[in-house]
Amino acid sequence: MGMTIAEKILADHSGRATVKPGEYVWCSVDGTALLGHSPLLKRLETLGVERLFDPDRIYAVEDHMAPPPTLEVANAMVDLRRLVKKYGVTHFFEYGRHGILHELFPHHGYISPGDLIVSIDSHSTSYGCFNVASTPVNEEMLFVVVTGQIWLRVPETIRFNITGKLPGPEEFVVGKDVILRIAGEYGTECAIYRSVEFHGPAVHQMSMSSRFTMANMSVELGAKFGIFPCDDKTLAYLEGKMRRPSRPVAPDPDASYESVHSIDVTGMPPYVARPHDPGNSVPVMDVEADRVKIDQAYIGSCTNARMEDFRMAARIIKGRKVHPDVRLIATPASQDIWQQCLREGIWELFAEAGVLVTSSTCGACAGMHMGVLGDGEVCVSSTNRNFLGRMGSPKASVYLANPATVAASAVTGYITDPRKFL
Amino acid sequence: MAEKLGLRFQGRVWKFGDNISTDLMMPGHLYSRMLPWEEIAKHSMAANRPGWAEQVRRGDIIIARRNFGCGSSRPAPRILKALGITVVVAESMSRLFFRNAVNVGFPVLICAGAYDAFEEGDVAEVDAETGQVRNLTRGTAFQGEALAPDTPPYEILKAGGLDTYLKDVIARMKKGTWRPA
Ligand code: SF4
Repeated sequence: MGMTIAEKILADHSGRATVKPGEYVWCSVDGTALLGHSPLLKRLETLGVERLFDPDRIYAVEDHMAPPPTLEVANAMVDLRRLVKKYGVTHFFEYGRHGILHELFPHHGYISPGDLIVSIDSHSTSYGCFNVASTPVNEEMLFVVVTGQIWLRVPETIRFNITGKLPGPEEFVVGKDVILRIAGEYGTECAIYRSVEFHGPAVHQMSMSSRFTMANMSVELGAKFGIFPCDDKTLAYLEGKMRRPSRPVAPDPDASYESVHSIDVTGMPPYVARPHDPGNSVPVMDVEADRVKIDQAYIGSCTNARMEDFRMAARIIKGRKVHPDVRLIATPASQDIWQQCLREGIWELFAEAGVLVTSSTCGACAGMHMGVLGDGEVCVSSTNRNFLGRMGSPKASVYLANPATVAASAVTGYITDPRKFL
Repeated sequence: MAEKLGLRFQGRVWKFGDNISTDLMMPGHLYSRMLPWEEIAKHSMAANRPGWAEQVRRGDIIIARRNFGCGSSRPAPRILKALGITVVVAESMSRLFFRNAVNVGFPVLICAGAYDAFEEGDVAEVDAETGQVRNLTRGTAFQGEALAPDTPPYEILKAGGLDTYLKDVIARMKKGTWRPA
């Protein structure tokens, strides 16, 4: 019996020839990351830990609240910097050179196809777009940084074949729309404990940015991994960045899947998820018909705040103004992206339109700072979760959309099909 | 299966529905203040169920429906533990919540059918090791997923949580006797 991608990577990292779903295996991890707001220093010191498993495979940054909005976060950062020095963690990203962890990690070459990554933060599934088995932990970060090992239950695999031709960023329909549609059609628990594989012609046609969004939001389906095949685009993105050799993994032709689903994305519209669940997704035209007036529009987060996203938004914003009743906040996923937007003149045309551009952080995505929602407010957001209370007040409502939809809505004042601006 | 871990609890039941996220248990807007668990616990479920945290008594049990603990990886089981909840039973549960729970020595159990069989305030008896759930108020019983012996989650729960488990691993690493199983 053949193996799926997840099974192959877990077999490879646990020193076995084969593994089967349901088995528990101990695996060596290829890399992991620490975040400032989840402090580990005191626990490491209490346990008398003298060295970490491999300081060169551990990366440290604070993204959720950058720079510190409060004294408590500032002090947590004092601890993180001490940890970095004490244990010789090689890769620390100071403010100004920072970004959201998930954007930094592959950009700096800490990801190679075939890797097993176990890291803090639920959206650690993102790296799956690079043909990696990558999954989040939280409490176990302590264990991972000390031992470099993790126990995992080998997951069953669900396969999505994405067929047809996705309209693409040119027509304002991207990976975000596909993953919202899947969440709507299959539900936000369809992949609990499962590895999800995305295959099919539309996957190869998609940009790395769109694949990233889909792997990222696989966790919104409950998935442990969300994995894409490795192709020329994967290698082109990682070219010259990787610190480890690439070991692409394809599923065996006779791999056994728990279920296989097919989705034709030809001509599909942008999707929007209504409050308070990413699975409440419908074509944007349905929401547009409701004339949902918005207070805040947000382009940010690890999900959709990269160049593809800002370029789409810029095409809509250019020469227009943000609606008088709306604030549009743009928070790039990293300072590198911030710089690139500067070079391309995107920040200038945003500023002229009345957009608020911030430095990189998770910020408003998790209701932590720089765009927290107040009582009764409505937000259309390029982020990944519209849970009750997620972005601030429990009396606020969040609609999830792609960045073009967010920009279009910011201009008109209500949730709008961006294809009007083509 | 004979019980070995002492994970049997009796208590008053609180019912929660589908998709109870860790954002609800541990609101993000409190993160910037990085408050102690007990302080955050006072605001647990404030968005979906204002006033609930004040009514919870030590020994209470949560019975939820589907996808319990979805969303962020934040250490939400610590918050429920700080409130005095002893165990969570759900029809399905996020894997992150499951792992975080095991790692702080907080037992959880997946059990189909239990949700509909309880009214809030009923008294439940839950054994997170054998997977048995009984409604003592109504005299009904359900079989959930037993905890498989000799698996890592079993061993970590047996140690009472990850920090104690890791202490032992570190001691063995120093002696050169620790090999991941
Ligand atoms: S941007 Fe949002 S979803 Fe992504 S890591 Fe930050 S808080 Fe989590």
